[in-house]
Amino acid sequence: MTDKITIGVAGSGTMGTGIAIVAARGGFPTLIYDIDQARAEAAVGQMKAFFAKSVQRGKLTQEQVDEIMGRVAATSDIAAMAPCGLVIEAIFEELEVKGKLFSALDAVCGPQTLFASNTSTLSITEIAARSGRDDRFVGMHFCLPAQLMKLVEMSPGINTSPESFEAAWKICEEMGQRPVKTQDAPGFILNYFLVPFNNDAIRLVEEGVAEPAEIDKAIKGALGYAMGPMELLDLVGLDTQVLLCEALYGVTNEPRAACPPLLRRMVAARRLGRKTKRGFLNYETAAIFGA
Amino acid sequence: MSTSAPTHRVIQTGDSRSFPEAHPLIERASASGEVLVLAGAGAGRAYAEVAGKAAYVAILIELGTECLGVHTGESRGDEGSNVLGFARFRLGDAKPSDLVEIVRQPNTAPAALAAAQALFEASGLKTAVCADFPGRIIDRLVRPYYNAALGRLDAKLATAADMDLTLRLGLGYPQGPIELLEGTGLAAHHDVTAALHEALGDPAYAPARRAQVAKARQLKGRA
Repeated sequence: MTDKITIGVAGSGTMGTGIAIVAARGGFPTLIYDIDQARAEAAVGQMKAFFAKSVQRGKLTQEQVDEIMGRVAATSDIAAMAPCGLVIEAIFEELEVKGKLFSALDAVCGPQTLFASNTSTLSITEIAARSGRDDRFVGMHFCLPAQLMKLVEMSPGINTSPESFEAAWKICEEMGQRPVKTQDAPGFILNYFLVPFNNDAIRLVEEGVAEPAEIDKAIKGALGYAMGPMELLDLVGLDTQVLLCEALYGVTNEPRAACPPLLRRMVAARRLGRKTKRGFLNYETAAIFGA
Repeated sequence: MSTSAPTHRVIQTGDSRSFPEAHPLIERASASGEVLVLAGAGAGRAYAEVAGKAAYVAILIELGTECLGVHTGESRGDEGSNVLGFARFRLGDAKPSDLVEIVRQPNTAPAALAAAQALFEASGLKTAVCADFPGRIIDRLVRPYYNAALGRLDAKLATAADMDLTLRLGLGYPQGPIELLEGTGLAAHHDVTAALHEALGDPAYAPARRAQVAKARQLKGRA
């Protein structure tokens, strides 16, 4: 038995699955929702695989994993989300799609349920305005990979009540995460800085200032960064960087956030980074970094 | 880089931002050598007076914020010889990093570049090669980021502590931008970014308000 609220995770992609791992590992009954039952169940399968590795590495015992997974369920029935105390949305970055999801959730969840969006670029206030409960709505931006990264950028919308924000903050901490408060501003902190920084690195290649590998050597050697910008872009995926540029530039008109022409050409040539074995750098395999 | 380190000679030409203290590269220099290192603020001027330039495999000129072409001259995009620029990256008052940016021109002799890399790496330094542009690689990338961080701090995006924490936890940076600038000098950031703004004309390099304030205070002797 637990007195903890049930956390609903809407969306069963990479982020949704990672957030579900964090919630379940933090002791919360966790319900994964996806319109496709098979996808929701696949996310549960990925969680099991992740925790199996945790057992292999001695981070958790099998008994602990059994207990954690005993708290996890998957559904494609939105009405099943009714008992959730908090629903964290992690679906496609499109305002209208998110709005429709929250509107549907609003119809089935009780008035006490808090809503949160994992958006990395959209306005919390604008999503909240479509949710039917903008006073009980917060931004909770987990970092990729969510199951390994402690940081969560938390943002109140204009109408978010202090009580709701405080309650969501407390849940975030209880999940074992480290929240930081940011304004509801495009890109919050991380993407506001990272997307233009990586674009600037692409522009150095474009202008012939340096080769990609030299840029990475310079940044890592001078600043002690674990990864250079070109390696990081290849890891994130150049197609994803295009989407981030479009989202950030679309709301800020910040020139540094605009997609560099070279990036579009790389994507057109299917040089997407590690996943296609060729991006700004070449790779022997398409294996996930650190695996 | 597997080329064995060449012999080298060093001419000190005033205070050096790259080698402000004793360093193996300076200590191991001899009276003559295959590579001539011109270190210090007067390196460019000293280069003009070097006799027998062609006898060296490489001549390395320490650069400030200026381009190498200021010292060598340029010619229709075909410039290049045995002369390279270099600078150890250094933020303000911090000690120089171990990273040396080596500046080449379109037709720099491959042997000169290889000798420069071998010399620095044999002295325990890392190297990155770039073309002859203002800001080279690192300043070109980090200064707009630092300016943006200072601007966002003014806009109250988050507290300085939370902004630094977010970039440390989220991206694994050893330090966040605000603590880094505080530790190395906002006025120094002003000077570098103002030079880049003048050279590139890009507003992203215009010194942020907080850097302007720090510079103004420095000029009034209140730093």
